[in-house]
Amino acid sequence: MAPAAPLGRRAEPGGAVRWLVAVARFGRRKPLGAVGAVIVVAMLVMAVFAEAIAPYGYDQSIRGARMEAPSAAHWLGTDNLSRDLWSRVVYGARVSVTIGFLTVALAVLLATAIGVSSAYFGGAWDLVVQRVVDAWLSFPYLIIILSVMAVLGPGLGNVVVALALLLAATNSRVIRGATLGAMQQTYVESARAMGCGHTRIILRHLLPNVAATIIILATLGLGAVILAESALSFLGFGVPPPHPSWGGMLSGSGRTYMFRAPWMAVWPGVAISLAVFGFNMLGDALRDVLDPRLRGS
Amino acid sequence: MLRRYVVKRLLVAIPSLLIASLIVFALPRLIPGDAVQLMLAEKAYAKDIAELRAKLGLDRPLHVQYVDWLGHVVRGDLGESLWTRRPVLEEIGQRLPVTLTLAVFALTFALAIALPVGVISAARQDSLADFFARSTAILGLSVPNFWLATLLIVMPAIWWGWRPVGDFVDIGVDPLGYLRQLLLPAAVLGIAASAALMRLTRGMLLEVLRQDYVRTAWAKGLAERAIVLKHALRNAIIPVVTLLGTQLPQIIGGTVVIETVFGLPGMSRFLFDAINQRDYPVIQGVNLLVVSTVVLVNLAIDAVYAVLDPRIRY
Repeated sequence: MAPAAPLGRRAEPGGAVRWLVAVARFGRRKPLGAVGAVIVVAMLVMAVFAEAIAPYGYDQSIRGARMEAPSAAHWLGTDNLSRDLWSRVVYGARVSVTIGFLTVALAVLLATAIGVSSAYFGGAWDLVVQRVVDAWLSFPYLIIILSVMAVLGPGLGNVVVALALLLAATNSRVIRGATLGAMQQTYVESARAMGCGHTRIILRHLLPNVAATIIILATLGLGAVILAESALSFLGFGVPPPHPSWGGMLSGSGRTYMFRAPWMAVWPGVAISLAVFGFNMLGDALRDVLDPRLRGS
Repeated sequence: MLRRYVVKRLLVAIPSLLIASLIVFALPRLIPGDAVQLMLAEKAYAKDIAELRAKLGLDRPLHVQYVDWLGHVVRGDLGESLWTRRPVLEEIGQRLPVTLTLAVFALTFALAIALPVGVISAARQDSLADFFARSTAILGLSVPNFWLATLLIVMPAIWWGWRPVGDFVDIGVDPLGYLRQLLLPAAVLGIAASAALMRLTRGMLLEVLRQDYVRTAWAKGLAERAIVLKHALRNAIIPVVTLLGTQLPQIIGGTVVIETVFGLPGMSRFLFDAINQRDYPVIQGVNLLVVSTVVLVNLAIDAVYAVLDPRIRY
């Protein structure tokens, strides 16, 4: 028999129940954020279980089904190479999710290193780093990414590096600001007075206190990265074919045949918009709940 | 005071511009595959690679090329295109009006939509109009502009047999036709900026509307219109103006895609082709022009603060 809860105190719910209650409360307080979360989860499921969800392979030609309009057999129609568009959109989620998460992870790592060290050490290091960030941020994002992609060449890994370099510069500014704020707190002063070294102060005292900012930046960054990747692939600098990148599906044959088979140009765009919409909604809601000071950033 | 502040900001901007010029110079040279190889493959400019490299000055050490290039830039000479052999400044001058008109139209469109919608959305917080405006704004930030542009070209053609994109009309031939053909591309380009500006206008206005002096204005019996537009909006507008400055590079970046989709002969499309052809002087020239413009516009925006808010003194 399970031990009874002590008299006069309500039983504490278990971990899973607490999570469910928190999720339900989030959904009630932020319905648009909840819609975003549902879209994001659906996209993650599509990316992870693409083989089980997609009826055909992303590069599989179906005999006698060239540029067929959407039907019961092919929900989103087929393309000029007789490939099932629904299957390509499902596999495209995998490309977008992979690039999105890898880019944001790399960008957050870089941005945290730059932002925290710049704020903590200050002086000449801060001055030099911030001037480089200034210069980097003066470039229109698409122009600088195109130039970096021209240097690196097309490919999934290179897209990740190019987009991460850009996102890291933007995010490092916000993280630097948050770190400067945290450094004014007395616990940092007391840690220093107790003789803590730089590494300990940064890792144990500063980083946990800028973690909320980093989580929000990461969520909002995912939507931006998916959008930027699609623009790069559209211009022919992204993930090379036959990998089904949503942006890539809109360029090349998607544009060549857009008047004869408009569905080729419609569905990948719907997928990009929905995915970015989901991440933006979720990011907005998380920001409002975790750190309202960042509103408008 | 303002003049001293502008001079101080210009001095701070110089190191950033110098670093930017170094990035501008170094990036195209890191692109694998030399322009010379491409040129030799396509056009017979010289007998061999070594001769062509020497002819174009690409055989000198990189730092010598950089200092030489910077010296020319200071004197207003951006060099010659490796492909057309025409001065880069002249090439840019021909294409700049298209990109500039597009960017100005896009910013105007963004502001014309963002300010009224942001004000209504804040003044009627949590109403149906507010909910609709906010959802549309997030949608505006989520829809890729190249896709929207593609749909605007394809759908009218399929439904009504009408093609919004025809041959490019030069400003000298038909000034009105020139402006008219840029309206649709500019609207597509301005949508994301409009959504971002609207969200910020709403957010800032909501904060200001909760201030004590606004409550006092209500208590005095002032009309809602005067309170929102005269008292609150003026104080909420500064961050919006700052965001306008940060939207400029995004809009110029967006012109690369929009000019490609709509077939407009602007500066960004020229840059895109130059990147593909490794035309170093063109890539450097366009990038440097864009970065300098962005830095100067942000400086001008800082100066505008004093006009918007009399409390700000430099």
